[in-house]
Amino acid sequence: MSNEDYLKDISEIKNLMNKSSRFISLSGLSGILAGIYALIGASITYHLVNTYSYGTLILDGWVFRTSMLILLAVALLSIVTGIFLTTRKAKKNGEKIWDNSSKRLLFNFLIPLIVGGLYCIIILGQGRYGQTAGLMLIFYGLALVNASKYSIGDIKYLGFIEIILGLIAAFYPGYGFWLWVAGFGIMHIVYGTWMHFKYDSK
Amino acid sequence: MSIITNINKLFDHRIRLGIMSILMVNEHADFNTLKELLGATDGNLASHTKALEKAEYIMVEKQFIGRKPNTRYSATKLGKAEFKKHIEALEKLIKTS
Repeated sequence: MSNEDYLKDISEIKNLMNKSSRFISLSGLSGILAGIYALIGASITYHLVNTYSYGTLILDGWVFRTSMLILLAVALLSIVTGIFLTTRKAKKNGEKIWDNSSKRLLFNFLIPLIVGGLYCIIILGQGRYGQTAGLMLIFYGLALVNASKYSIGDIKYLGFIEIILGLIAAFYPGYGFWLWVAGFGIMHIVYGTWMHFKYDSK
Repeated sequence: MSIITNINKLFDHRIRLGIMSILMVNEHADFNTLKELLGATDGNLASHTKALEKAEYIMVEKQFIGRKPNTRYSATKLGKAEFKKHIEALEKLIKTS
């Protein structure tokens, strides 16, 4: 065998290792939509808080409860859209949606996410809501970085950006809302658009 | 001693190299998954898995999922070690020449 054959072998090995262990059908479009949901949710909340609550959130108030419901709705809607579009894309590419690689991806994504979600609920229950935006960003970022080992695409970098935004939010809780908007709204749209043109439109 | 000694003759085939690559990063893979990923025919893949099985580089598990028979493969410790050696030898070969 010549040198070139060996090189070809190695690149083939790499390719197979990636293809067999990483889930590649994540849809870019679902990122864009998740970002849009987040922006809509945030603007409704912003409007509510400024109109009925004089710019401050009071725990136990209906504005606060509504905000929490909006947050939940944004999360649910994003997940449903993500599952729907990713399934559609996998079908189009003739890939299996529920195989070892997607299971591993989901499992590793959910560990930090669920821990973070529970932590946020706990500290909200203790009335310390100033840190929630930062914590949500940080745990979400960690979930993305953790999942990135099992997917191609560049969700690792999105994860790092979310973590950095989260740390800034921890430092300046007063800007938490805007950093949340940047992290969950704008970054998703930017990232989704980038992914869409890099992978989906081929 | 030349590094050629570490080049493993058993891996000197695209399909076998492929089977090992997949089993290095996955705990196990079934026959159809391997077939799809490698683009091999049934007979072709079967003969290569046999060869690797005979050398005890991979393990075969036969089971039933519902009524369908399912054959799945995993790499043995020996297989993983040999594969690593083979890759290292390949890398050295490319670097030195």
